[in-house]
Amino acid sequence: MENLIILHILLVFMIIGAIITIEIRNMLSAVIAVGAVGFMLSVQFLFLGAPDIAITQVIVEILSLIILIRATINVDNVAIERKEEIIFSNRITLIFIGVILIFAWTAFHALPTFGEPSMRVSQFYLIHGLQEVGATNFVTSVILDFRAYDTFGEAVVLFTSISGAFAILRRWKKEQHKDFLRIDREH
Amino acid sequence: MDKHTGMTLIVKMITQVMIGFLLVFGAYIVLYGHITPGGGFPGGVMIALAYILLTLAYGRKVVESKISGVAASIVDDLGALLFWLVGIIGLYIGGRYFYNFLGKGEPFNIFSAGTIIISNIGITLKVGMSLYAIFLALAILQRVVTEEEPKEEGE
Repeated sequence: MENLIILHILLVFMIIGAIITIEIRNMLSAVIAVGAVGFMLSVQFLFLGAPDIAITQVIVEILSLIILIRATINVDNVAIERKEEIIFSNRITLIFIGVILIFAWTAFHALPTFGEPSMRVSQFYLIHGLQEVGATNFVTSVILDFRAYDTFGEAVVLFTSISGAFAILRRWKKEQHKDFLRIDREH
Repeated sequence: MDKHTGMTLIVKMITQVMIGFLLVFGAYIVLYGHITPGGGFPGGVMIALAYILLTLAYGRKVVESKISGVAASIVDDLGALLFWLVGIIGLYIGGRYFYNFLGKGEPFNIFSAGTIIISNIGITLKVGMSLYAIFLALAILQRVVTEEEPKEEGE
């Protein structure tokens, strides 16, 4: 019960941090507010009893913060002006969120109660995991033995995305682009 | 080392102290991933973060003399191949993809749980080196853009 109260307090702080991220004018402060939201999420994972996910959340949050700070530290703090188009799109977004919430309210009743295992498969992992795999960390025994094929799919997804990022960020693309510009100027 | 690249002396000294702890803790999270919380992905990101800290503190040239971007992407491919080989060898020995073909060992021992530790090491090499290489690529791109902008204005 105490854990639930702490979870709700952390959720309120996360929502406050997200609102600060959207509303603040300074880009660097917005990035730091995003980091605060991520760290609160990792503390929530700790209270829910998932230290694996908490470690991953903290470390990936630090990496993304470094990249975001490096990307925004040289950018001038340009605040978006509130034009009528933006207000119109905000209203459309709010209407759609309201429709989704109405359908989600009925869907949430079909979910199992908080903290109760929804799948019988997970009980099988907990009972037979130590005998069949020999790993004392059941999360690792699930993701690298029982469900290793899914993890391999995730590794393939990461490999493909990294290859795509390299294809975009490769060094000679800029020089080729300059050659194109030179040809355009000659003609 | 060149004194004029990278950040101030304070950052460099703290980096010198911290870098060993970061690498050792990353290796610990990977190698004990089947006993305590952790695993290949967070350990790999931690090792990548150690190299990113070096890049930020000392500049790109110092880090590229240790592991260049090309070497990092080769290690990244080798890690992916190692993870794939674990699955293929399991297919040939046990008849199922990712069959745990090594002995289970005793619980709470570092050489337990069969192929999990090999898969963890493969994922670590893959994730860590690919994220480090992506960060290097981003840093290189930023430098190229900032260096070429005044030239284009001069033309």
